[in-house]
Amino acid sequence: MNLQFVVDGLLAGSMIGLGAIGVTLTYSILRFSNFAHGDFMAWGAYATLAVVGAIGAMFGTVAPMAPLSFGWPLVAAVVVGMAITGLLALLLDMVLFARLRAKGQAIIVVMASFGASMALRSLLEFIFTSRPTYFSRAIQIAMPVGFGIRITPDQIALLLLTAVLVLGVHLLMTRTQTGRSMQALSQNAALARIVGIDVAKVVRVTWIVGGALACVAGVMIGILIQVRPFMGFDMLLPMFAAAILGGIGSVPGAVLGGLIIGMAEAGAVQLIGAEWRAAVSFIILMTVLFVRPIGLFGVRER
Amino acid sequence: MSQTVLDVRNLEAGYEPGVPIVRGASITVDKGEIVVVLGPNGAGKSTLIKAIAGLVPITGGTVLLDGRDITAAPAHTMVRLGLAFVPQTENIFALMSVEDNLKVACGILKPRETPARIEEMYAAFPDLARQRKTAAGNLSGGQRQMLAVARALIVHPKVLVLDEPSAGLSPKFVSMVFEMLAGIRIPGVTILLVEQNAKAALAIGDRAYVLVEGKDRHEGVASELWNDPVVAELYLGQRRLDPEGDRHSGKAGAA
Repeated sequence: MNLQFVVDGLLAGSMIGLGAIGVTLTYSILRFSNFAHGDFMAWGAYATLAVVGAIGAMFGTVAPMAPLSFGWPLVAAVVVGMAITGLLALLLDMVLFARLRAKGQAIIVVMASFGASMALRSLLEFIFTSRPTYFSRAIQIAMPVGFGIRITPDQIALLLLTAVLVLGVHLLMTRTQTGRSMQALSQNAALARIVGIDVAKVVRVTWIVGGALACVAGVMIGILIQVRPFMGFDMLLPMFAAAILGGIGSVPGAVLGGLIIGMAEAGAVQLIGAEWRAAVSFIILMTVLFVRPIGLFGVRER
Repeated sequence: MSQTVLDVRNLEAGYEPGVPIVRGASITVDKGEIVVVLGPNGAGKSTLIKAIAGLVPITGGTVLLDGRDITAAPAHTMVRLGLAFVPQTENIFALMSVEDNLKVACGILKPRETPARIEEMYAAFPDLARQRKTAAGNLSGGQRQMLAVARALIVHPKVLVLDEPSAGLSPKFVSMVFEMLAGIRIPGVTILLVEQNAKAALAIGDRAYVLVEGKDRHEGVASELWNDPVVAELYLGQRRLDPEGDRHSGKAGAA
């Protein structure tokens, strides 16, 4: 048994987990499954790629920050990409979801998110074609770190970035007034208004946080694998499985769920074959729904 | 001279257009007063105060708070305007700690004064101080009401509006909650409350209104209303004014 699956699993788990945070927040605060969340990832990756291109056009070629495969333009571009993706999520809510939410039927909003997902994806194919593209074509040499595990500097940097972001979101949720308002809204929307919480404002923050994290997840996929319009859509099942496994509404749960699913996928590839990879999230999702539908950190509604 | 804090005039309100539940109710609450709204089941007591708090659409009449028209103000702006509402049920965030329940309500206070204000609430409600890290859902029924009241008081409201604070509580907790409400009077808080438990509410109230079919039909000094034959007739029809009898009706009066 080769322990390399641990690194692969952590990386896959980070991407899934960052996406699942957005899914779980949207689900608990806005009370619908947003199937367009994966496409926020793809949009984030393309937006970041476009900004990298724009920076390249303005400043010429910038040397990568050794030993990483990318330089400061990518770092700057991710920040801009996060803002763009957050605003995209906000815009989509304004023109589509908010109006349908007002009608009070969650299933209509879910269906609309399917439609939005297709539209967003097709728009990417229209603008950027469906041919895969890359942040960098440079080949990185993976360093051995013992126990038969190899890891590249990019992978280390991205794992650290994930840890920082997850910690940041956790602190936002538990230590700030905005975070407490988000918790309050997810637990009891009527009471949240009574205690003076501006629901519209909290909803905006939720979209921006979810969109920004989806962008980072998309860029991670882009750096480690490739950028293509379907990249986010393909993450939907593992993301929802992670959010449900962790317990809807729980940020730490979504991340842990993501890591478990990432590990399970990577382990399955090694043990029973790559063709089973996609089945893993499905099996985990079904098992959770049968055995413990509230997930790891979920709490029964009172 | 007494100064009117809350002035509700000819209020009409209901959940659905064309189906008013409150039909021309008028009540006033003066500064420092505890005013009780009584009435038989389905009289529209809860709907009346929910409408005042911005939670039920108002179709007619006005609500003035300190002379300011708040009839059309959205529910989330009420605490800023000076009206704090405590719903009958689900009036705490069950999964959040006691402390976070208080903190989340402090949005309109300056961040610097929040910690001191929370300590003031703990001083007023020592039971809560002992359980600051406890998830609010694990508190006893009486302590939950305490937390809900503390959470409403924390923003220095001009008027505290309570929807049946004794609903669903055992008799022991009912007296605890009313003792607590009577105790709040000291700092000069103004209270409007709706209550099924007429005896306990009249014991702490200054004045009371009897609401029947969405309209205020009788008004009087709380201590005198208990033996007022008109009230017995309005309030109960054939039955005698008996708090034990009320308790069976329970939540049905919420509408």
